[in-house]
Amino acid sequence: MATVVDQKGAGVELLTGSEVMAHICRLADVDVLTAYPIRPYDTVMQFVSKMIANGDFDADYIPAESEHGQFEVVKHASACGARVFTGSSGVGWLYAMEPLAVTAGLRLPMVALVGCRALDDPGAFGTEHNDALLVRDLGWMINFPSTAQEVVELGLMSYRVAEDPRVFLPCAIAMDGAFLTHSQATVRVPSQEQVNEFLPPYDRGDLLLHPDNPITIAPQANEDWLMEIRRQSSEAGKNAYTVMKEVYKDYSRIFGDDVNPFLEEYMTEDADVVLCGMGTLALPVKVAIREMRKDGKKVGLVRLKWVRPFPTDELRESLSRFKAVGVIDRDYSYGSPYHGGILLNEVKAALYGSDKQPHMKGFICGLGGREVLLEDVKSMADEVLSIANSGKADNDVRWVGVRGKQ
Amino acid sequence: MTDSVYHIGTQDLPLTNRVNQIPEKAVEEYYTSGHRTCQGCESALIMRLMAKAAGPRTIILGSTGCMYVANTTYYSTPWVVPWMHTQLGSAGSAATGTAAALRALMRKGKMKEEPINVIAFCGDGGGVDMGVSSISAALMHTQYNLLIICYDNESYANTDIQISGSSPWGANTTFTPPGKKIRIMYKNWKKNIAALYAVGHTKCNYVATGDASYPADLIDKVRKGLKEPGPAFIHTFDPCPKGWDYDPFYSHKLGELAVESGLFPLWEMTNGELTYTGVSARHVYGGRSRKPVREYLETQGRFHHFIEEDYQYFQSEVEKMWTDWAMPGVIPFKLGADPSKKK
Repeated sequence: MATVVDQKGAGVELLTGSEVMAHICRLADVDVLTAYPIRPYDTVMQFVSKMIANGDFDADYIPAESEHGQFEVVKHASACGARVFTGSSGVGWLYAMEPLAVTAGLRLPMVALVGCRALDDPGAFGTEHNDALLVRDLGWMINFPSTAQEVVELGLMSYRVAEDPRVFLPCAIAMDGAFLTHSQATVRVPSQEQVNEFLPPYDRGDLLLHPDNPITIAPQANEDWLMEIRRQSSEAGKNAYTVMKEVYKDYSRIFGDDVNPFLEEYMTEDADVVLCGMGTLALPVKVAIREMRKDGKKVGLVRLKWVRPFPTDELRESLSRFKAVGVIDRDYSYGSPYHGGILLNEVKAALYGSDKQPHMKGFICGLGGREVLLEDVKSMADEVLSIANSGKADNDVRWVGVRGKQ
Repeated sequence: MTDSVYHIGTQDLPLTNRVNQIPEKAVEEYYTSGHRTCQGCESALIMRLMAKAAGPRTIILGSTGCMYVANTTYYSTPWVVPWMHTQLGSAGSAATGTAAALRALMRKGKMKEEPINVIAFCGDGGGVDMGVSSISAALMHTQYNLLIICYDNESYANTDIQISGSSPWGANTTFTPPGKKIRIMYKNWKKNIAALYAVGHTKCNYVATGDASYPADLIDKVRKGLKEPGPAFIHTFDPCPKGWDYDPFYSHKLGELAVESGLFPLWEMTNGELTYTGVSARHVYGGRSRKPVREYLETQGRFHHFIEEDYQYFQSEVEKMWTDWAMPGVIPFKLGADPSKKK
């Protein structure tokens, strides 16, 4: 692991996504962390445990007996006012599905790293987004960083928004396994002073579980009240969206990065068509775009940073500027409309009823951690360009970079 | 202060010792009205005695089960102390998470330092079946002061009376009804859960069995479990009129019969030493003989399909426990002979 950064100012370090997340835990002064081994997320806990062993970070760190225990422990710690961190991958994340559901139901802030990994069976270590996306209907906020640097932004943002009393929802940082969890890049790590200015202490207020505040949390509600409680959670999700816009102003002011909260647009100013996706896919897509631009092909990228809350307005406004859009899913949704991926159907739903709707084409690629090659990106972009030129699109979803008949 | 050397103290709650000392504490209730448990529910009595023993500076976590659903209905609660629901298999995790938060926040100066009792309870579903993994993990963490109480009414009594790993041999439950062809649908012997936790977690300082029919014994065990540093576990035996099919009038009597017949011995293990308590102490150390188990069985509808050979088998298994086990109700085997001296 790289040395701990200078506490006075931002230092540049060569770090993996997991290492950056460990630094964020330290800088956020997290109180309770739980670990359970599964690749690839678990590297973060290896870095965290070393920091604790070296005295660089003070927290109660508990290697748990299962993912279920792992997530239940931090859930209860959060109810007692502790700032918490945990994480998992693939089927481990699914083993924790019960606590994942109740944490959101309880409106407890929790930040978790999902080192995105294909679900068994057959066993596979490589990245796929299905694990993280399985909690998208439960009240979890989910973001997909594309670089180690962006883990700083989304990691700090996750704590700030999750712990805002208007929100009080858990947040998943969905990092592409290996491509981000294990790949090193130069990262500007913020100073403790900057983080302290940005991130206020976690205050559970009158919801704190403590003998001074003898409340009963989560009694049986049934049909008398459950619908109102669900509605409140829905409102909290809506609040997350507005809180995020507000908080990003603070982020830009303190860290000097003037970033769009929800979307990254790359070479879109004059683009005819764009590819749309999440996570580390952005890297090969950006390289391919630069090469295609040399041939006069006006291709751009629109990347979603957050999938919950879904940036509906921003995405409608952005995508309506283009003639055609290719949505790239690193996930599957068997039996869904036109057998498209999860993101495709979400983007289509967001654009339904929009005044100016671009043609839309769905692609599925990079499953199980298969590398998405420049030629794959180019073939997708070329297909979207031909749709833009012909004005004709079908609803077929193409699997890219896969053996067998197309 | 670094993590490795930081310890929060525990509350030193006075022991009651004798049942006639309890009335002095009668006004102090931390589990009161506001629940809708069945008439004759011994588990509700366990809750009351547990909360009374622990006192006001306590956080209680409750797993899904009777003592969740029947106790806490939205807009109503019997809990005077802070209480939070946890999942069916999460009693151990809930206690660990709560204790970890208190420890971290107090060590880091984010919360006023004081000993706060952390108790998580679960039924036999949560303590004997699904939650074994989480409780086992909790009993490993010596840095956390916590107590887990398994209130055992020998079935999934909140759902519809289904068999659990803690149900007795031959019991009629909705998953194991006697039929025309098969009389005994459930042929497993009750899991020896308190001993499993005591034997398997060698740094756990306190494990005990209890019974609401012996309230002074139970209150003292709760207080000892809370006073001992580190994690502790108590297994209680709770007659259940609905699940066991008997008149609620007999709850207390059945709790006594289970102990008097030697079916459920009362004991406590403190810092590596196990002692039997109450009636069970007289059974083990001398002074009193065990009652036959038949009266206990015949009082309950769940054993009404038993024929003579079933009663005899049941009694023979209890006898085996008292004569063949190294410790009755605890260690179900003996030290064998030296194999080098075997013929």
